[in-house]
Amino acid sequence: MDITALISALPGNVAQGLIWGIMALGVFLTFKILDFADLTVDGSLATGGAVTVMLILSGWSAPAALVAAFAAGILAGLATGLLHTLLGIPDILSGILLQLALYSINLNIMGGAANMALPVSQYQLLVSLRYIVPTIMVVAGIVIVLISVMYWYFGTEQGSAIRATGTNPAMSRAQGINIDLMKVIALALSNGMVAFSGGLLSQYQGFSDINMGRGAIVIGLAAVIIGEVIGNALFGKRMNFIIRLLFVVFGAILYYIAIGVVLWLRMPTNNLKMFTAIIVALFLAVPHLKDKANNSFAKAGRRGESIHDSAN
Amino acid sequence: MIQLTDIRKTFNPGTINEKLALDGVSLTMKEGDFVTVIGGNGAGKSTMLNAIAGTWPVDDGSIVIDGINVTGLSEYKRAKYLGRVFQDPMTGTAASMGIDENLALAARRGRMRGLGWGIHKKEREEYRKLLAELNLGLEDRMTSKVGLLSGGQRQALTLLMATLQKPKVLLLDEHTAALDPKTAKTVLETTQQIVSEHQLTTMMVTHNMRDAIHYGNRIIMMNEGRIILDISGVEKKNLTIEDLLHKFEEVSGEEFTNDQAILSK
Repeated sequence: MDITALISALPGNVAQGLIWGIMALGVFLTFKILDFADLTVDGSLATGGAVTVMLILSGWSAPAALVAAFAAGILAGLATGLLHTLLGIPDILSGILLQLALYSINLNIMGGAANMALPVSQYQLLVSLRYIVPTIMVVAGIVIVLISVMYWYFGTEQGSAIRATGTNPAMSRAQGINIDLMKVIALALSNGMVAFSGGLLSQYQGFSDINMGRGAIVIGLAAVIIGEVIGNALFGKRMNFIIRLLFVVFGAILYYIAIGVVLWLRMPTNNLKMFTAIIVALFLAVPHLKDKANNSFAKAGRRGESIHDSAN
Repeated sequence: MIQLTDIRKTFNPGTINEKLALDGVSLTMKEGDFVTVIGGNGAGKSTMLNAIAGTWPVDDGSIVIDGINVTGLSEYKRAKYLGRVFQDPMTGTAASMGIDENLALAARRGRMRGLGWGIHKKEREEYRKLLAELNLGLEDRMTSKVGLLSGGQRQALTLLMATLQKPKVLLLDEHTAALDPKTAKTVLETTQQIVSEHQLTTMMVTHNMRDAIHYGNRIIMMNEGRIILDISGVEKKNLTIEDLLHKFEEVSGEEFTNDQAILSK
């Protein structure tokens, strides 16, 4: 157990965390702002990767391929949104259906192959694990631009309408908001971001894989929740929207650092997904347990007992 | 101003829970009319308001607001003609958004929501003035989340939101029923003030017979999905609760069974 090995792995963890942070911002949009548990992301992340790799292989530039990945993600989100709003299929099920359909679609995009190599030695890529420091700078720049755009958008009339839809659909309808349209827009944008993140990820790791999105929703949720718990602990009531967004990305970075530590401890990689599930469960439980610690029957019982005893 | 013609609605048709909720409701309200609606539980009061608001499509009949036939318009499309305050204080506002943001959402009712700012500086000043008129101190807490407000404060805010853009019809669905008596009175006084200031055409459902007599220029009583009494003008002014109970028995041939309404003398 060499501590230098852990430290030298750190920049790579940060780079991966930043890329997944973009994906987590997409999850934040649906899960937190729209209050819609969207499971499409497991599929749309891989769609982004597949589209990016195939287009770069066919001669597109990396930035253009990423734009196409974003557009492909928008289509995926649109499909989920329409299943939910037009056909009345419950939110989770709409996402699961799309996730399943996207598996076939992604295979077709990759010409039937389960994975596709994109060697950085032969193509001009935006990010790569061979050049970690430039990767961190490029992705950090993208994250800053993205957070600025999100901050602006959710201050506009349309963005406010999406927030209202997520908070109180009945009130939103009474205020003349087309909540079905707002849901579709939000799902499309969210999956666009997720696919964009998938496009960056495939360049970073030098390949796209049909399974690269498996469990993505849980990693996204982990980032959102870790970010929220830590942000609340540090900022409390001063948490504003931009700090919340920053902490979502920060949560993703922390998650990948934690994974780095786990790997450093030589835990078998087969257990990584289980480890992820445990992290998410822990962070989801924190607010509940905190509340319980201050406000429990056991405590009330003890207080009641002491009052009862002293009265006798 | 608003004209309901032979509105019918049956819930859960063809099932054991089938309920004829509106059985041919016709009503014409003139501009500036303030109608109070009373009736027992399940009489169809809230259902009539929901029919106007477009919570669901009616089975039969037509709803015309200010000359526009809205019968076929969905809830959000009709919203531009309507201001609404609900019984549950949680329903009318977005809890996780600020007081100012809620008002800004309401100010844009019925308009395209594009990429312009969700709230402008100028608006904030206007909202501050309007909030000050409520006398609840909300003008100093403009950016506070609405979730932090009490039920009464929320209802007053919802009322302000409903009337920020002068609605063709203001629909109040037992909007003080969830409040304590003192707060309920304040909110009713505010309602009266806003309605008379803007000359709003208003329909107010209430369980409280005294309020129904005290407020408005016209009173209608519903029973089993029909309007069974419609009193306005001088006759309405001189009404007593006993009169109302008596008339109810006369028209419906049964006793009025709503303790809440009877006991709230």
